[in-house]
Amino acid sequence: MNAVFKRPDALTDRETHFCPGCTHGTAHRIIAEVIDEMGIVDDIIGIPGVGCCVFLYHYFPIDVLEAPHGRAPACATGMKRAQPDKIVFVYQGDGDLAAIGTSEVIHAANRGENISIFFINNSVYGMTGGQMAPTTLLGQQTTTTPYGREFRTEGYPIKMAEMLATLEGVAYSARVSLHSPKHVNQAKRAVRKAFEMQVNQMGFSMVEMLSTCNTNWRVSPREALKVVENEMIPYFPLGVFKERTGKDFL
Amino acid sequence: MSERKLTKGNIALAEGALQAGCRYYFGYPITPQNDIPEYLSRELPKRSGVFIPAESEIASINMVMGAAASGKRAMTSSSGPGISLMQEALSYMAGSDIPCVVVNIMRSGPGLGGIAPTQGDYMQAVHGGGHGDYRNIVLAPASVQEMFDLTIRAFELADKYRNPAMVIADAMMGQIQEPCRLSPERPVVVPEKPWALTGRRGRKPQLLKSLYLGPGEQEEHNLLMKRKYDTIQQNEVMFETKDLDDAEIMIIAFGTPARIAKTAIGEARKQGIRAGLLRPITLFPFPGDEVARFSGKIKNILVVEMNTGQMLMDVKIAAHRDAAVSFLGRPGGGIPYPDEIVREIKKALKGVTAA
Ligand SMILES: Cc1ncc(C[n+]2csc(CCOP(=O)(O)OP(=O)(O)O)c2C)c(N)n1
Ligand code: SF4
Ligand SMILES: [Mg+2]
Repeated sequence: MNAVFKRPDALTDRETHFCPGCTHGTAHRIIAEVIDEMGIVDDIIGIPGVGCCVFLYHYFPIDVLEAPHGRAPACATGMKRAQPDKIVFVYQGDGDLAAIGTSEVIHAANRGENISIFFINNSVYGMTGGQMAPTTLLGQQTTTTPYGREFRTEGYPIKMAEMLATLEGVAYSARVSLHSPKHVNQAKRAVRKAFEMQVNQMGFSMVEMLSTCNTNWRVSPREALKVVENEMIPYFPLGVFKERTGKDFL
Repeated sequence: MSERKLTKGNIALAEGALQAGCRYYFGYPITPQNDIPEYLSRELPKRSGVFIPAESEIASINMVMGAAASGKRAMTSSSGPGISLMQEALSYMAGSDIPCVVVNIMRSGPGLGGIAPTQGDYMQAVHGGGHGDYRNIVLAPASVQEMFDLTIRAFELADKYRNPAMVIADAMMGQIQEPCRLSPERPVVVPEKPWALTGRRGRKPQLLKSLYLGPGEQEEHNLLMKRKYDTIQQNEVMFETKDLDDAEIMIIAFGTPARIAKTAIGEARKQGIRAGLLRPITLFPFPGDEVARFSGKIKNILVVEMNTGQMLMDVKIAAHRDAAVSFLGRPGGGIPYPDEIVREIKKALKGVTAA
């Protein structure tokens, strides 16, 4: 009998610590599937940020370095420069990448570091209990914006995929969503594109993934998917904001 | 015998790093250490090395972490404020058993401070700096030759114990020129690093981390680290002594003040005062046993530092009540003069005779 569906080899057989309904697990799965399909599992090193993704090493049977909160793009820079023939990827949340680590991600991107970053935008600091992140939507209630995010005092949600796309060093910048099977398939294609950019030495690649945090949003997993579709996507449009082709390289 | 060449301290240090096999440098400009990155930005490309002018000291040290986790000898250098920014990552590296070398050409502080030579960062380097229960290996050169030799030693010790090693020198050490042998005392050997993250090909996946959440795991890890620090304390203490055999007073100083103390000792002896010197070369591990041993015999100690009394605490702990400890400190860019030291020696001895 032919297997039509199985656990990717690049995922361990271990129950995750993610809350039921959280799409961090979905992101893990599609990254693992692409690692399988590209046959790069033996030559890849992963660097998670600090957040709900910190246990990346439990789920990916690959070499992993644990970076300080927000600094993974700098760690990946040092690592990739030391081993240009290896595949180095970073996995960060929105507190990690879009708040404390903005400087590191912008300059890694601007230098055109040949690394791939997967960026989980769930509009809150999930791990620490759902506080406001720079990506929190206007009006969204969090544990530190109990009256809803107000632009006069907390500013506007930050659009990292668009921002990074303005930098010359960036080969690929896209925003995808994990809220429906169709979108998950699109997200997987973007993950593959990002890794291909790195394999082809095209420069920095980043995929922002709109993701759920049903626990801290205090909604059911099913409602959380609707929140992504109806509230996040209208503000964070999906799409490819930069894609370098061979021709415009250099 | 190899030839000696007139060399500036910072350049000797940078050349030492190259000869130690360091091919990865990441840094952000700050006075008074800029000669180091400038020299390495010229020399590293010639040796297929990597030089990145990083966006901050936070980025620099995390780049060091990435290259070092790959099994390479990697370093950064900075001063005062920049070293403060690196503390989080240093703590991570200590906790994850990742070796690296960090150079602090100390400027005065706190805050933006000044660029004159000081030793105000002893506490930060030796007694933590970052969070958690860890130690840096800390080396303190007192000549241009040692800027070269101890940088090589720092890489060796970092790799041997898989721990961050710091070279701390005041700006005087960075800027003076002296004849220097620019070749290693013994052949440089870079050990195998089977723990490095190079992709799992042909082996099991590997992990470098400092997070321990399971019951008792963190304590176990801390105790393991403690055993490592005990081994370092046992095996790696380095110090220099001068004229201690017949001494009635022992000066304890590191870096620039130790050099000035030697002049002062010569002067004191001319005046019939039997002064001697103990110069710690490793600040962690601190030569506490040696201080204790000499304190039993020489009943007077004068600590001289370019700060308001930082190593002084370690000396007091080691000397316990066996010797009277007095202190001469010049912070904020002040430099102790030999006659000042001689005066303090006399004061210290008089205090004891009176008592
Ligand atoms: C320097 C520092 N500050 C704060 C923290 C605490 N902290 C841990 S995870 C986290 C936020 C994580 O949020 P995010 O990156 O959005 O990841 P998520 O859990 O939402 O996926 C914070 C603030 C830390 N570990 N280090
Ligand atoms: S706290 Fe939020 S982001 Fe973290 S695992 Fe739970 S649902 Fe996912
Ligand atoms: Mg988040």
